[in-house]
Amino acid sequence: MSAKSKLILNIALLSALFGLLYLFNRYGSGYQIRILNNIAIFITLAVSYNLVNGVCGLLHLGPNGFIAIGAYTSALLSMTPAEKELNFILTYLIWPLSVIHVPFFVSLLAAGAVAALFAFFISFPVLRVRGDYLAIVTFGFGEVVRVLCNAGQSVTNGPLGLKGLYPYTNLWWSWGVAVLAVIVIQRLINSNYGLAMKAIREDETAAMAMGVDASRRLMLAFMVSAFFSGVAGGLLAHLITTISPGVFTFVLTFNLLIMIVVGGLGSSTGAIIGAVLFTWGGEALRVVEQPMDIGIFTIPGIPGMRMVIFSFVLMLVILFARNGIMGRQELSWDLLVSKFTRFTRTGTPL
Amino acid sequence: MEATILLQQLVNGVSLGSLYALIAIGYTMVYGILRLINFAHGDLLMVSAYAAIYGIALFSLPWYLSFPFAIMATGAIGILLDRAAYRPLRQAPRISLLISAIGASFLMENLALVIVGGVAKPFPRPNFFNHVIRAGDLHIQVLTIYSPLITLVLVLGLLYIVFKTRVGKAMRAASWDFEATRLMGINLDSIIAVTFLLGSSLAAAGGIMWGMKYPQINPFMGVIPGLKAFIAAVLGGIGNIVGAVIGGFLLGLFEILIVALLPNLADFRDAFAFLLLIGILLLRPTGIMGDRPAH
Repeated sequence: MSAKSKLILNIALLSALFGLLYLFNRYGSGYQIRILNNIAIFITLAVSYNLVNGVCGLLHLGPNGFIAIGAYTSALLSMTPAEKELNFILTYLIWPLSVIHVPFFVSLLAAGAVAALFAFFISFPVLRVRGDYLAIVTFGFGEVVRVLCNAGQSVTNGPLGLKGLYPYTNLWWSWGVAVLAVIVIQRLINSNYGLAMKAIREDETAAMAMGVDASRRLMLAFMVSAFFSGVAGGLLAHLITTISPGVFTFVLTFNLLIMIVVGGLGSSTGAIIGAVLFTWGGEALRVVEQPMDIGIFTIPGIPGMRMVIFSFVLMLVILFARNGIMGRQELSWDLLVSKFTRFTRTGTPL
Repeated sequence: MEATILLQQLVNGVSLGSLYALIAIGYTMVYGILRLINFAHGDLLMVSAYAAIYGIALFSLPWYLSFPFAIMATGAIGILLDRAAYRPLRQAPRISLLISAIGASFLMENLALVIVGGVAKPFPRPNFFNHVIRAGDLHIQVLTIYSPLITLVLVLGLLYIVFKTRVGKAMRAASWDFEATRLMGINLDSIIAVTFLLGSSLAAAGGIMWGMKYPQINPFMGVIPGLKAFIAAVLGGIGNIVGAVIGGFLLGLFEILIVALLPNLADFRDAFAFLLLIGILLLRPTGIMGDRPAH
């Protein structure tokens, strides 16, 4: 298929997506719009998380730290000085932050930039280790960010958190960022840099022997991933309008891990499918936590059952279907066309 | 600072460190053989604490029966954990094994949450451990003295098993060269099961003492002690049992003394351990006693 027809198909797909969003924005209920926003934010997070975990093969367990950094940065920049004064009851917000007030777009950019800056600095200790140790050190980073958010009261307002953020996040912001993240990360994966990252995943020593600068390529992936996690954190903050350190626990990372493992580690398409399934499934499974009325008697709801189901699904996928839904494949027009032509030629199902 | 307060804090540090040491041994033994950080190890602490209080509350067992029962039950769950979550992945890429470990950890925590509920339960402290010794200004709970002693006895028993028995010899061989040990006709699956049994039982003993020390237990109580114990294992030199014990005591002392000497940094207490970990990995990845680098 020629590049031109692919471009046309892509543009058609995007217009269809945004047309659908327009319809939902116009006629959908608040609940539906909320879920669509969640899906978009999780797509951004899962695709950027997959860049480090799936494409580079590093088990990074600290995205909740970057999301927290992005959320706090964007919240502190987008709130008006008067709103900040309302929030900070016990202590004062330190000087430059207490007067700054910037538009939402700038605060999102800053959220990404600050998260990427943190990623740059911590990548020096983190990328010196691999495997289990990288997992523990990044996990530690996420925990340390949470501890600092709790303790650094004059910046983050401590355990009280920040309340009453203006709900800037709407479908256009969240899906715009999601589409941008997918395009940027997909282009990165398909570039020379992406090839180098995959080579490092398969065999780091061999890749280095071929002249790949492993630590630089991994650092790039780490920073791009952190940038989009930070931006998504900013979107999340302005969607839920109240943030506190308790929002950004390891559970958030665990949810992202479920999405990319179920979707298929190393596939952006898989990450998108995983994010949609997780968000939708999480809502659909709410029934198990609520009392169920079946005619004669009532089954009491079991709070916490959803998390058990999610952990169980993760274990089942990793034990029995390690490739997840997509494996390492990406859904592309070429793939669809080849499957379709094979189907019409031989008449066998896909 | 007054000498008595310092002494008091030293005793507290040794006591906390002994618990870290007990838990760290399980990490270090499993890592030595499988090269896997068993993320679910900390949760075995929680399992044993709940098994102990249910033994006392439901079956009205006296504590000296309930505690060994809890330790045996946790050992069995440790073996089950290996069988269900790790053994099917022996030939799989490492990242799958780690994800499986994280999944197992979350599954245990949330199953416990569903079964016992999220409200913290009080841990009954037997009178035997409840006396307070007064020496001058010094007030020391007997438990604070017993826990390092119990730890030492258990560690000596473990060292006997590892260095003087045939099973121990096989364990050491497997940690030296996994494939060669298999070629020698040793059944590695059963050796790994024994490793999980020993590590889980020690963690269970640690969990019961943790419950007596901080008598409010909840389904997530194992997470932070588990991580700290892992850091202690790396500090001592991963794969080395004596190193894990030394690392555990050092980490306990380090934490207590930092909070005692610099009280206004107490909020950051949980962050210190991770900074320590990063420091060790950067400066001396083999740890104090280790002969192989930690990565």
